[in-house]
Amino acid sequence: MSSKPTPAENRRLYWRKTLRLTAGLLLIWFLVSFVATYFARDLNFTFFGWPFSFWLGAQGGPLVYVLLVGFYAWAMNRLDAAHDQDDVVD
Amino acid sequence: MKGLKKRPGAGGATASESAFKQQLNKVYRWYTLAFFMFVVVLAVLEQAGLPREWIGFIFLFATIGLYAAIGIMSRTTDATEYYVAGRRVPAVYNGMATGADWMSAASFIGLAGTLYLTGYSGLAFILGWTGGYCLVALLLAPYLRKFGQFTIPDFLGERYGGHLPRLLGVMAAILVSFIYVVAQIYGVGLITSRLVGVAFELGIFLGLGGILVCSFLGGMRAVTWTQVAQYIVIIVAYLIPVVWLSVKQTGVPVPQVVYGYQLEKVTAKEKELASDPKELEVRQIFASLSQELAEKLKDPAAALMNDKAKAEARLAALRQADASFADLSAAEKTLSSLPRTATAAESTWSRRKAAADTKSQPLNGMPPHAAQFAGDPDGDPEAQQTYDESRRNFLALAFCLMVGTAALPHILMRYYTVPSVKAARESVTWSLFFIFLLYFTAPALAVMVKFEVFNVLIGTPFDQLPAWVAAWNKVDPSLLSVTDVNQDGLLQLNEMSIGGDIIVLATAEIAGLPYVISGLVAAGGLAAALSTADGLLLTIANALSHDVYYKMIDPNASTARRVTISKVLLLMVALAAAYVAAQKPADILFLVSAAFSLAASAFFPALVLGIFWKRATGIAASLGMICGLAITFYYMVTTQPWLRDIFGVTRPVELWWGIQPISAGVFGVPLGFAVIVLISWITPAPGREVEELVEHVRYPRRQRV
Repeated sequence: MSSKPTPAENRRLYWRKTLRLTAGLLLIWFLVSFVATYFARDLNFTFFGWPFSFWLGAQGGPLVYVLLVGFYAWAMNRLDAAHDQDDVVD
Repeated sequence: MKGLKKRPGAGGATASESAFKQQLNKVYRWYTLAFFMFVVVLAVLEQAGLPREWIGFIFLFATIGLYAAIGIMSRTTDATEYYVAGRRVPAVYNGMATGADWMSAASFIGLAGTLYLTGYSGLAFILGWTGGYCLVALLLAPYLRKFGQFTIPDFLGERYGGHLPRLLGVMAAILVSFIYVVAQIYGVGLITSRLVGVAFELGIFLGLGGILVCSFLGGMRAVTWTQVAQYIVIIVAYLIPVVWLSVKQTGVPVPQVVYGYQLEKVTAKEKELASDPKELEVRQIFASLSQELAEKLKDPAAALMNDKAKAEARLAALRQADASFADLSAAEKTLSSLPRTATAAESTWSRRKAAADTKSQPLNGMPPHAAQFAGDPDGDPEAQQTYDESRRNFLALAFCLMVGTAALPHILMRYYTVPSVKAARESVTWSLFFIFLLYFTAPALAVMVKFEVFNVLIGTPFDQLPAWVAAWNKVDPSLLSVTDVNQDGLLQLNEMSIGGDIIVLATAEIAGLPYVISGLVAAGGLAAALSTADGLLLTIANALSHDVYYKMIDPNASTARRVTISKVLLLMVALAAAYVAAQKPADILFLVSAAFSLAASAFFPALVLGIFWKRATGIAASLGMICGLAITFYYMVTTQPWLRDIFGVTRPVELWWGIQPISAGVFGVPLGFAVIVLISWITPAPGREVEELVEHVRYPRRQRV
């Protein structure tokens, strides 16, 4: 708040935060897609009628992906605004 | 900060953008309403006695005519309009168009069928084909939009410099898209010939006409607006029968929420069927048939001689005894249907033995629907190995489909058409949402059809089977056939052969809906195949006209000339693809999946490193693309039966870690990354321009001109 960051600092900070967000979301993607599926037989408890891992592959996984991609778009818009990176429509 | 958001000039553009979007909303609202009215009118006409063939015809010509009309209205020769639809497609509409572009005949017709036949293993397709969009969103779409040219090879050419990366990109894009488009045109032929009963080849060319009018006249602009219209047809056609089936079975109109309970019932019924005495009887009959064939296969030549002698002796005996004409002609038929040569006999018998082996297993060879992976981790060593390989292949397939999704040029190209980086990110969300609507319904469809088959069909007397069974049996026995193997007059599960492609097309009939819904479903399948074919053909033609002709051969070519060349090429590629599809190439599902593996290993490492690693050099990227593609292709050729035949590979199949050829990309992608990283380190760093380009794509903010 005290001093405004220079444009160069702003850009550096913006890119670092972008990378951090991307890596974090990719980690979730990886856990849901591969780690949870690897242990599919161990996650066999009943979940509203489904065996949990079946539900995860058929409904849960895709649902997580939609939310993840939506969250990314929302978070990046905020990041753009915070670091003066809004895309101007020409 | 807030005040800075709207820069001078930005406000006006935003206003015109939102006016454009409102106009679109109005048009597509009317369109959807008119489409519903059209279906209702046809339903009323059907009740009044309109014949089924007419319904098929009306659906075929009305939908293709509609797509053509949109194509004609959107015709253009302006380069930005032709290549990227003027870059003003709102995020939601681009999402719908991407959904239609993405969902091919394989998704629409094949996915639920695959899930029906393979249960849990089929979920690799669901995970793979949706999870890939996370990679598109996080790693590619916004950056490619900021780069903002016309094609994917464009990016490779600019980022890595020189013609080689661009040319490699063009070749890979053409290879991948061509393989994929052949499969789509094949699907078009299949659906049109079913829907209206024309010959397969004629069906192909009818569909081709529809494809061409859209993409030929108006390029990306026409294709985008047609694809939005097609998405609406696709999703309506997919959801109606499933919702109906769900209401019929559970009373709840949201199949995606309630089918878990149906799955429980299916699992219970599976246990019952596995030990049902009648089923065991049928399985026993198939087991002894298999044994008989195994005997014959030990010495096919002798067995064939023996069969021939027996048939001839029987015919002679019948003639001697003055037997009835029917008996005589039956005996003659037996004799004439014997294989001609020992080699022919061997292949026929092996095929029949494989079928009998499947049918001597519980549940007609289908794994229990909810069982994760085959084999058993606590069983004997063989069962343990089956389990490990099954699980490894599931993960490998999901990986290839995900990375392949994020590397298919015709999908990535769609994110050039939105107005801004922000819109590109939002558009991926919409794309995935619209795709998700269909993909999280497909598993429900499969389970509900299985429930219907297990509880309604199985155990029904043969003379009381529903009419659709006989009807499909007549259309194509490879899709559905029933035979009373144990002669007890009742249908057992193992007495029915069912092809995956029938599941979606027959759902309306299985649910007991009027024929008009079957027509609607076929129209949906057609829309899925056509929209994907449109996008793919455009990708090929643009790669050739823009990247090869304009960027490499004649950089001074006028826009009109480039667009004309693109149109001519489009026509030629479309005809070539139709020609290949008319030859009915063997394995369609394999072709589609191969396209994913090849795209993944060719594009993904070069694109991602190009954006996220400034040090990646041009020569490294070229080598990485070549190595990735080469190893994927090599693995497929040496392990996939159909390709082995084509390339004459005779040495025994050697699977690496038991990975199936469908997932060959699992070797190509890591190799591509490794080669690019290693070679980049030992080659001189790229120059300033590349650094500036990478900086440029990383930050959404545009420099004021």
